[in-house]
Amino acid sequence: MVTSRTCPAACGRARTHRMLLQPSIFGEHGENFVVATPEPGTGRPGRRMAGELEAEVLAALWAASQPLAPAEVHAELGAGVAYTTVTTILHRLHRKGLVDRRRSGRGYAYAPAADEATHAAQAMHAVLRRGHDRAAVLARFLSDLSPADERVLQDLLRQAEER
Amino acid sequence: MRIVIYVPFAAALMVTLLATVVSRRLPPRIATWWLAVAGVAAAASSSAALALLAFTAVGQLAPVAAEGHWSVPALRAHDPVLTPVGLGALMILLAAAAALCITAWRRLGALAAARRLCRSVRPESELLVLDDPSPHAFAVPGAARRVVVSSGMLRSLDGAERRALLAHERSHLRHRHHLFLTALRLAAAVNPLLHPVFGAAMFTIERWADEDAAEAVQDRPLVARTLGKAALASLQPPAAALALAVQHVPRRMQAMLAAPPPRRTIVILALGTALLLITGLSLLEAAHDTERLFEAAMHSYRAMHGQ
Repeated sequence: MVTSRTCPAACGRARTHRMLLQPSIFGEHGENFVVATPEPGTGRPGRRMAGELEAEVLAALWAASQPLAPAEVHAELGAGVAYTTVTTILHRLHRKGLVDRRRSGRGYAYAPAADEATHAAQAMHAVLRRGHDRAAVLARFLSDLSPADERVLQDLLRQAEER
Repeated sequence: MRIVIYVPFAAALMVTLLATVVSRRLPPRIATWWLAVAGVAAAASSSAALALLAFTAVGQLAPVAAEGHWSVPALRAHDPVLTPVGLGALMILLAAAAALCITAWRRLGALAAARRLCRSVRPESELLVLDDPSPHAFAVPGAARRVVVSSGMLRSLDGAERRALLAHERSHLRHRHHLFLTALRLAAAVNPLLHPVFGAAMFTIERWADEDAAEAVQDRPLVARTLGKAALASLQPPAAALALAVQHVPRRMQAMLAAPPPRRTIVILALGTALLLITGLSLLEAAHDTERLFEAAMHSYRAMHGQ
């Protein structure tokens, strides 16, 4: 189901991003916020859609080894995202039950809610192991490696880090 | 008919031989389309050719000839296809049909299982994180579309790299890459010669998503780093046990560290179009010849039975 974005006049560009996301990502009232960042193609990060930011915030929480304060999450997301946007997203994720929060000092610290994830992981392992066409059924980020490639990878990684 | 009927097989071979060149020379998006169209056309036309070959042999069976009202001796006399070849074609065709059904069943089954899983987990976010130390990242297409990433993968990357990874997976969903892969996997099932085409498309699809990720984050070396780190992370146990490591990552990284691919497309597109036309015309010619053959046989039948 394609939902075209209803959007305030100011962010006309958002209308061209017809991403097929679940409607619930936009929140109960269908509100939509687009971070006003420089245009793509100018060498700076382009606009990021609401759903994309939510995913980035969730990813940042999972990657951390302890609960994060909103300021720390904001730092993880890099330039072009307002602090208030981050707090809004965290609040929204908490409402959806995807993150837990507890008091930390004068504010909150957020951590991902782990319950369903473990169950999902185990079930996903079963799917991956059972499928005969694992390599292609789900377009995976990575697939079969030969050990000889490891040194090549190290070299390339060094090259990439020098840029 | 004698020669023309074999053109589709030669074309399928050409497509396979060209697949590697296409995957390296064309920009990923165009390359993927080229491989998909050429692969499916090759599979369809080689199956059609097999069907025509088989038909001339099957038509000589007495019960079939009685139903069709054509003369078996007349058919046999003028049939350019040797009976063993025709029967061989029939067997290959049946095997191809079976392979098609089995492969389709398996793919649908695996996809359905993944989707069921995603549906069972609350769909409040486009990202589903698995609490698992080994690195996975993939996109599940369909109604319950999600990007699925393991916590192990997320931990091995920093904020910017995670963004690149998510952009890559989103590209798979946005452009429905699973459709290309399914089409070519089925084509390869029908005509095993086409397996390299499927392999080449797996590579070009990843390159396509890499390029989209680079466009989203405006930083090609970042995408290269993300690929490299994720690949190395997957080499540590317990990941290795889960057969998730890295195919073509060195080439993908090199492509990212270089400038975007140039659009050197005309020759290969022309070649592809030529192949399509030649194959199509050959099949039409062969079909026409077959029709004339059976018409002559039916004419003989009517003459013999005094109609």
